Amino acid sequence: MSVAAREPGAVIEQAPIRSRPGIVWQAIRKRPSAIVGATILGVVILGALLAPVLAPYDVHEQVGPVFGHPSWSHPVGLDDGGIDMLSLLMWGARVSLLVGFAATFVSMVIGGTIGVASGYFGGRTDTILMRITDYFLVIPDVPLMIVVAAIWGPSLFHIIIVIGILLWTSTARVIRAQVKSVRERVYVKRARALGAGHTRIVWSHVLPQVAPLLIANTVLTIAVAIFDETALAFLGLGDPSRVSLGKIIENAFQRAAISTGAWWAIVPPGLLVAAIILSCSLIGGAIEDALNPRLRVAHLAARSFRLRPLVGRGSEAV
Amino acid sequence: MTLLALDDLHVWFDLGEGRELHAVQGVSLELEPGQRLGLVGESGCGKTTTVLGLLGLLPPSASVAGRVLLNSVDILAGGEESIRPHRWTDLAIVFQGAMNALNPVQTVEAQIVEALELHGRASGRAARVRVGELLEAVGIPRDRATRYPHEFSGGMRQRAAIAMALACNPSVLVADEPTTALDVMVQAQILELLDSLCRDFGLALLLVTHDLPVVAQLCDRAAVMYAGEIVEQGPVDALFHDPRHPYTRLLFAATPDLHGHDALASIPGSPPRLDRLVEGCPFAPRCDRAFDRCAVQRPLLRELDAGREAACHLNDVLAVTA
Amino acid sequence: MSLLEVQDLAVEYPLARGLVGSVGRRPRQSVHAVDGISFTLERGELLALVGESGCGKTTTAQTVLRLVEPVRGRISFEGGEITKLGQRQLRPLRRRMQIVYQDPYESLDPRLTVRAAVEEPLLIHHVGGSKSQREERVREALERVELTPPELFLQRYPHELSGGQRQRVAIAAAIVLEPDLLVADEPVSMLDVSVRAGVLTLLDRLRAGGLAVLMITHDLSTAARFADRIAVMYLGRIVEEGPAAEVVANPQHPYTKALLSVVPRRDPRERMRPQILQGEAPDAVRIPPGCRFHPRCPAAIPACRQIDPELRPEGAAHRAACILVS
Repeated sequence: MSVAAREPGAVIEQAPIRSRPGIVWQAIRKRPSAIVGATILGVVILGALLAPVLAPYDVHEQVGPVFGHPSWSHPVGLDDGGIDMLSLLMWGARVSLLVGFAATFVSMVIGGTIGVASGYFGGRTDTILMRITDYFLVIPDVPLMIVVAAIWGPSLFHIIIVIGILLWTSTARVIRAQVKSVRERVYVKRARALGAGHTRIVWSHVLPQVAPLLIANTVLTIAVAIFDETALAFLGLGDPSRVSLGKIIENAFQRAAISTGAWWAIVPPGLLVAAIILSCSLIGGAIEDALNPRLRVAHLAARSFRLRPLVGRGSEAV
Repeated sequence: MTLLALDDLHVWFDLGEGRELHAVQGVSLELEPGQRLGLVGESGCGKTTTVLGLLGLLPPSASVAGRVLLNSVDILAGGEESIRPHRWTDLAIVFQGAMNALNPVQTVEAQIVEALELHGRASGRAARVRVGELLEAVGIPRDRATRYPHEFSGGMRQRAAIAMALACNPSVLVADEPTTALDVMVQAQILELLDSLCRDFGLALLLVTHDLPVVAQLCDRAAVMYAGEIVEQGPVDALFHDPRHPYTRLLFAATPDLHGHDALASIPGSPPRLDRLVEGCPFAPRCDRAFDRCAVQRPLLRELDAGREAACHLNDVLAVTA
Repeated sequence: MSLLEVQDLAVEYPLARGLVGSVGRRPRQSVHAVDGISFTLERGELLALVGESGCGKTTTAQTVLRLVEPVRGRISFEGGEITKLGQRQLRPLRRRMQIVYQDPYESLDPRLTVRAAVEEPLLIHHVGGSKSQREERVREALERVELTPPELFLQRYPHELSGGQRQRVAIAAAIVLEPDLLVADEPVSMLDVSVRAGVLTLLDRLRAGGLAVLMITHDLSTAARFADRIAVMYLGRIVEEGPAAEVVANPQHPYTKALLSVVPRRDPRERMRPQILQGEAPDAVRIPPGCRFHPRCPAAIPACRQIDPELRPEGAAHRAACILVS
């Protein structure tokens, strides 16, 4: 490469975004879909966190008839035990989100560590770790979760671990690819030549470049974790003592909500799960998009350059 | 008759938020048949944008003004529609880094055949025969035609790119940094090739580069660009021995010569940003001969002698003695 | 005692054999990137390793710093052999040997300020006590590379600097530890012409202050102007070496002669008589027998196919590896 290969033309060098919150915030701010997702997620999280304070009714107290219709005092109706659905949803979201976030944390820690180690050290370490990743990848998720839940017992803790162990593989791969590419950058090679140890290089030079991607991946993993938990709960394998959104659906399903026409016992929790998953996907997708190098498709565009009429001098003027 | 002329070419790039980058600011050039003109400048001066503009290869964010006269006909007037028929058939280009832009999954022959077929010059067997001729003309043995680009060395790929450019017998060949990424020996081979091709086929050559010695050896005339405009133009001999713009003089002085002994010059500072209007001479802040007029009034490109022009107040004798 | 002494250095990269090759037990081929070179470098001397791509100059530079492992040979730094030292033992030595890379746009971590970038070596090697003492050294380094006043640059980020300034920052980070040896890999080839002289003059000034500089370059004109000695490499070997002015004015090896003859001159009136060699250098996997240059050599005689010449005359300051050199 030479000097001339860098002729900027129309490019003015952009300031690289230097902080993690920075890139995430900017990515979201610039995309309407992500703003919608962030808003929805924000509302849900707020509702879930403040459930103890905000929930209008106690979730163990029957306040009306079984499958009571939605009314002004109970906007989402009552469930099979006469319990206020809205309160149930808030408490249920709390559990679902807890499992989702916790399982994702587990997966992020495992996946991130393996990804970084694999990408940074390469060689045999990489081969071994990637083989392990492959083994975990081919395990079918739901059957394993069923088996483990059946054997271990369906406590929330076990659910979180099981989901976490199955989700880290994609994170590991994505992080590994990014670490491999960052490792080849000249300033990383320079740091090695300077005598920097591995810790320093990974911490100061590699991780900052990997973090935004990790965040995007995490957000997307949350969506999957929540889905997995909901599925497990719906199949009856969830923790019976903790009511998650999936459990709410399962309960309603078991108690013949459909045949009695009590759609408010099934649809709202389902929509809520879908909304959470969708929001996470929108946010995660927005961050991922922001991190992808922009494709230069100018030459494929239907429009071409524009002509501007020249005012003033032509070649005659001197 | 002048084969190719650029008349007051301007290119703006839309930067969004109402801002614009004025990348090319009124460039005028003339190229006679068989002539070699060097377009010289450092990074960001607008030389690549100029030739992309002349071929109509700019992105939608670009606006262009001025005229591109091919045999006295303005082919820029109708935009893409009026330029396209002339692309490759009259005006061909070897892009910067062309040797790395060959399609890796097509044989070299197939790629040149594609150029021929696209322009309706030949097809099938006749096309392959023509490809063989072209490859021989650029020094690639015919039997290598059915190889893939990765089987060629850098120099050979560059020759293939040149062969592709010559497929439709253009009268003007634009070469953008044709030897920049190549070793000095391979560079010599490619320059010799360009030299003989121009002679044998009567091609006019517009050579875009930052490498002054290459221009000094291969071209008859050169135009020096700075901050989007031409600051001096003339025969290469005159540019070296009697420069009329401080930038030209300093640029030569900053170029080491194999057997030279004088101190190497360096030019402090950086070129001005092109997204803002510059007052006065754009080179003034870095110029070693600037005087009071330079910061206020922009010098126009003026003809000095036959075939020489420069945009510098120092040439205005009255200003100096005032 | 020379600051740096390299003897019979060789570096090889094995080529993957593929399934068929492995099963069929084909002999493993290697790229002989560096195939037995020896040279010395003194304090305050600038040695230019010149050659075309694939000649092994960059590999040599990286091997000297032990960033790449040699397969044979000796590297001695200040009399002590460093060829076999482990990475841990090498760390203190890394303070004394630094490198500047070619690409100023990629050399600096875009997230670090100039201050942080130049301070990093100090932190890595636990040099310079307190924060203010380190800042003092950073300022000094910036002044030595002519980024003055330092205050103007300390808080800047790389994207706010020009290519030449970035390269100066990279040099500052390299000299802040006051090394004895600096390896400069094509230090100016990605900079604009008008900026090159400044950076090269800076390297020259550092050299005059006692720094030994090993400069890798493909640009013979730059080497001619700034180097004390030039070593011309071809296919992993040094084919000619000597004082820069002499090698350029009176080249002995046919390759050097051809190379010098094709360097474009900036004066249009200079009549060039280029001796353009056909083809390109063969890959370093199948090295020609005898003199490795003989297939392309315009002066080759039959004996060249058998004899692999040493650098001669032995002991002279200016030597060439060619049997035709007396």
